[in-house]
Amino acid sequence: MAEAYSSLIRAQLRSQLSYRTSFLLNCLAQMLAQANDLLVIVVLFGRVASLGGFGVQEVLLVYALSGIAFGLADMVVGNVEQLPQYIRTGRFDVVLMRPMGSLAQLCASDFQLRRLGRVVTALGVLVYVLSISDIHWTPITLLLLVITPVAGAVIFGSIFIASNSLSFWLIDGRELANTVTYGGNYFTSYPVTVFSGWLRVFLAYVIGGAFVSYYPALALLGRADPLGGPDWLRFSAPVVALLAALAAGTVWRFAIRHYRGTGS
Amino acid sequence: MIEVEDLGRTFVVRRKTGLLRRSREEVAAVTSVSFRVDAGEAVGYIGPNGAGKSTTIKMLTGILVPTSGRVRVCGLDPSRQRTELAKRIGVVFGQRSQLWWDLPLVESFELLRHIYRVDPAAHARRLAECTELLGLHEFAATPVRQLSLGQRMRGEVTAALLHAPELLVLDEPTIGLDLESKERLREFLAELNASRGTTLVLTTHDLDDIERLCRRMMVIDHGQVLADGPLAELREEVSPERTLVVDLERPAAPLDGLPGVVSVRTEAGGLRQLLSFRRDATTAARLITLVADRAPVHDVSVIEPDIDEVVKRLYQRRSPVA
Repeated sequence: MAEAYSSLIRAQLRSQLSYRTSFLLNCLAQMLAQANDLLVIVVLFGRVASLGGFGVQEVLLVYALSGIAFGLADMVVGNVEQLPQYIRTGRFDVVLMRPMGSLAQLCASDFQLRRLGRVVTALGVLVYVLSISDIHWTPITLLLLVITPVAGAVIFGSIFIASNSLSFWLIDGRELANTVTYGGNYFTSYPVTVFSGWLRVFLAYVIGGAFVSYYPALALLGRADPLGGPDWLRFSAPVVALLAALAAGTVWRFAIRHYRGTGS
Repeated sequence: MIEVEDLGRTFVVRRKTGLLRRSREEVAAVTSVSFRVDAGEAVGYIGPNGAGKSTTIKMLTGILVPTSGRVRVCGLDPSRQRTELAKRIGVVFGQRSQLWWDLPLVESFELLRHIYRVDPAAHARRLAECTELLGLHEFAATPVRQLSLGQRMRGEVTAALLHAPELLVLDEPTIGLDLESKERLREFLAELNASRGTTLVLTTHDLDDIERLCRRMMVIDHGQVLADGPLAELREEVSPERTLVVDLERPAAPLDGLPGVVSVRTEAGGLRQLLSFRRDATTAARLITLVADRAPVHDVSVIEPDIDEVVKRLYQRRSPVA
């Protein structure tokens, strides 16, 4: 399984890298797409001194952590959004006829390295922000810095999988799924204190968005949660990621069962 | 190889009937299908669009779970042991590709080797064999999206065979192919069935595929099996008439009144005469002697009713009953 997966990825890489110019341009487009929100943040801070109680460096840290997590998730499992085409053209049946997990096949068969562009932009911002911020470095904060993008990517990946599973029921499930995934990326680019009401409750806690960037950033900055959440929340991203992955796996399996006709 | 008993599959269709009201209706795609296919057989599975062919195939391969009845393929329960079964059967769809569009054909084969975990040596051997027999070398390095349909189908069949399946299921394999490509594919499949003993099950609209490849034909309509048997037997069953084509030395009046002959048609002003006769009433040999007594014969041949005719009659005969 792991070998088949990696050979699928390698084949995609070979083919995409053989058109060097086209690949670089696509990468650049992704970098710019991620830079969109960066521009918004910079413009906003030209007018205000703080956003939801956070300064420009703090907001940029949240933005960078979120961008890396989203970019990684988009690259690895973002291709589940091709699901409606797979179902419509019958290619999903072909996928089900092979001795390999359907989700892994779906994600690896259409792997797009160009999505790394998003990660590049966000990583650049992260390096810049860390260099100008006053962070108290300890082994714990270092470890947190390494784990956060991974946990965040797992949370986003789970959101991608669970929301795109809707396509098994809805003809236009992709639109709805995009609202959650891309909307989620927008949400996690800012401190959750910027938002309010049911939107915050849903995006931050129901789908786990607050654990992608907000709480880890608080921990890195050594700040307490202005919303009054307990301190351990700031370190709970890996646990949330694990729960999200389990939930997404369950949703996917349920959706496949429905598709094959046992679930309905 | 395949055992199917009382197989049924219904789909739930929801229809809008009012502003908020929706009706729920069950539609049976396959009502009650039973058959057996032994190892080494070549079976043609035919029926009009919407007859339940594809639904049956999806249940045989484990993609769809049956609503009722029992299926065993290679001794496995397809819907429960789908991945295990996948390693032992090959599936070719005429209408959907299992190759990777942007990659060269050989790379798709290589990827399938990893997915099916085929031993590299065995894989290379089988690939070499298919390359030789199907003439793949000319386009093996071409990305799949640039292949012609005929070339792509040769690639698809190869892709389905690289893990040495015991059973090959083909869903409309010749659809859209030109005559030469069709013939080439049929020849290859016939050889595969004869020499390697691979069991074949194929659905098709082109009855030449059946004539050329399958000793046995299953006809399905409205989710039920209408007929199942060797092509020759079905032919005899529904169209008991054969036609003797007689080319005479000189034009003659219609050769009426011969025993066992149902109708006479003349062509070329009486030079060619077509005598339809019942196979249970007389034989071609007896008829030829009788004809030769009445007029000098240049050439004779016997034609069987063609398969289209047989299928048409099967539908006419049984559809109203079902």
